[in-house]
Amino acid sequence: METEVLKTYFSALEPLATFEEGGEWLMVQVPAENWKNIARKLITERDFDFLFCVTCVDFKTHLTMVYHLRSMQTDETVVIKIQLDRDQPIVETVSDIWRTAEFHEREAFEMFGVQFTGHPDLRKLILPDDFEGFPMRKDFEYPINMIKL
Amino acid sequence: MYSETTIVTAETSQQPLQEGQLVINVGPQHPATHGVLHLVITLEGETIIKIEPHLGYIHRSIEKMSESLTYRQFIYVTSRMDYLSAHINNLACAMCVEKGMLLEVPERAQVIRVIMSELTRIASHELWIGAMAMDLGAFTPFFYTFRERETINDIMEQTCGARLTMNYMVPGGVMYDLHPEFVARVKSFVVQFKSKVSELEDLVTDNIIFRNRTVGVGVLSKADAISYGCTGPVARASGVDGDIRKRFPYSGYEKLQFEQCIDTAGDSFARYIVRIREMYQSIHIIEQLIDAIPEGDFQAKTKAVIKLPKGEFYTRVETARGELGVYIVSEGGTTPYRIKYRSPGFSNLSALNHMASGSKIGDLMATMGTLDLVIPDIDR
Repeated sequence: METEVLKTYFSALEPLATFEEGGEWLMVQVPAENWKNIARKLITERDFDFLFCVTCVDFKTHLTMVYHLRSMQTDETVVIKIQLDRDQPIVETVSDIWRTAEFHEREAFEMFGVQFTGHPDLRKLILPDDFEGFPMRKDFEYPINMIKL
Repeated sequence: MYSETTIVTAETSQQPLQEGQLVINVGPQHPATHGVLHLVITLEGETIIKIEPHLGYIHRSIEKMSESLTYRQFIYVTSRMDYLSAHINNLACAMCVEKGMLLEVPERAQVIRVIMSELTRIASHELWIGAMAMDLGAFTPFFYTFRERETINDIMEQTCGARLTMNYMVPGGVMYDLHPEFVARVKSFVVQFKSKVSELEDLVTDNIIFRNRTVGVGVLSKADAISYGCTGPVARASGVDGDIRKRFPYSGYEKLQFEQCIDTAGDSFARYIVRIREMYQSIHIIEQLIDAIPEGDFQAKTKAVIKLPKGEFYTRVETARGELGVYIVSEGGTTPYRIKYRSPGFSNLSALNHMASGSKIGDLMATMGTLDLVIPDIDR
């Protein structure tokens, strides 16, 4: 029931949104250029105030940013996905909306090479500053320290 | 692969320093970080202007490693993340695989899992109190807490064969049945804990020096705790009722009676009190279960090779530090296509700059100590 309400809400908010069902929660795919506006509306209109998981998945043909959002009031959960071009992954930051995104986006930046426009401090967080390449991508190779199973 | 530690000076720091400002490095090797955490702190006099964590000194890329391990194997790498809640990390992974397989876990296994999780939680909080009190200059609590923690480690060793990285969970249950002496030893531990914990509380809780150093220090408001993604005792001390065991019960927590420990002060002392009260709740949970461990299988029958259907699976558990999420993307093979561990320490650490900015450098140890940072959990 809740899923249907959310679906109607997203269809009105973003006509290009596509839905994936079958998982535990509703998964909504939105275009990268509208993500910031949608994010602002999600926290003000639907009270999705807790961004509990931000990550990126490399599907070899494209990258997908995955945002897990939950409302602390109602426990309503939604998964937002954004498909990005593998050669030029650019998406707007949401670190000013959910502050936890700042660190998570820095991690996605160094591990997958996703560029977050508007991020206050987009530098490497975990890897050394002179590290080259994006180690969590599927085609990453590092002959010395990587053991293939 | 690793470059030498970059020591941040006024020249290399990102923003130019104002007159009278000073940059100091805490860590990577520092007695109060309990691991290899590197904090670059900008000071003005004794007041903290900015804290910048530099991570990665113990980064092993467990997520990448898990991608080439099978669904039976990857569970045990996660013991090395938050090594103080190793059991609970394993449980999260095992539950995620079970969710993908649609596997029903026998009741006996579920009860064993809960008892083990709560024992782990007590052991973790005990170690934290000892270490944190030592950071603040009190040496004795360390010995008191380790006495109780040692008993738990012995119980674990007897049943699981290891003291720290127990590797006891398998998809579908637990690896072996309980040791015959397990119930008696846990019961005697409960008695021991109840009689001894008051000693600890006398020493720390009402200690005027301890109170002066923690009350009102490192305050985190409820809205900030949510925005920074804080979970666990850190968030609960700020009034966020986000205990996963209550809100999204798993493994039979819905049948148990326990309280979600919440404080609203949001300061270092509140975080201390929340953890102390949580230990009592954990003991309460163990008491409810220890006499009622059902008979039956301790493990569900599974195929030797586990394959998950194509799709995405997310499970979360409440570790001693907060919400651990395991996000598996499966392409239908025998190994996960992508795994993301949403570790509680990573998000809790991100709030440190906000909490400590504007306070004195001497208060940093209380703020950082009560965040309960476990560095391998942050770096993964």
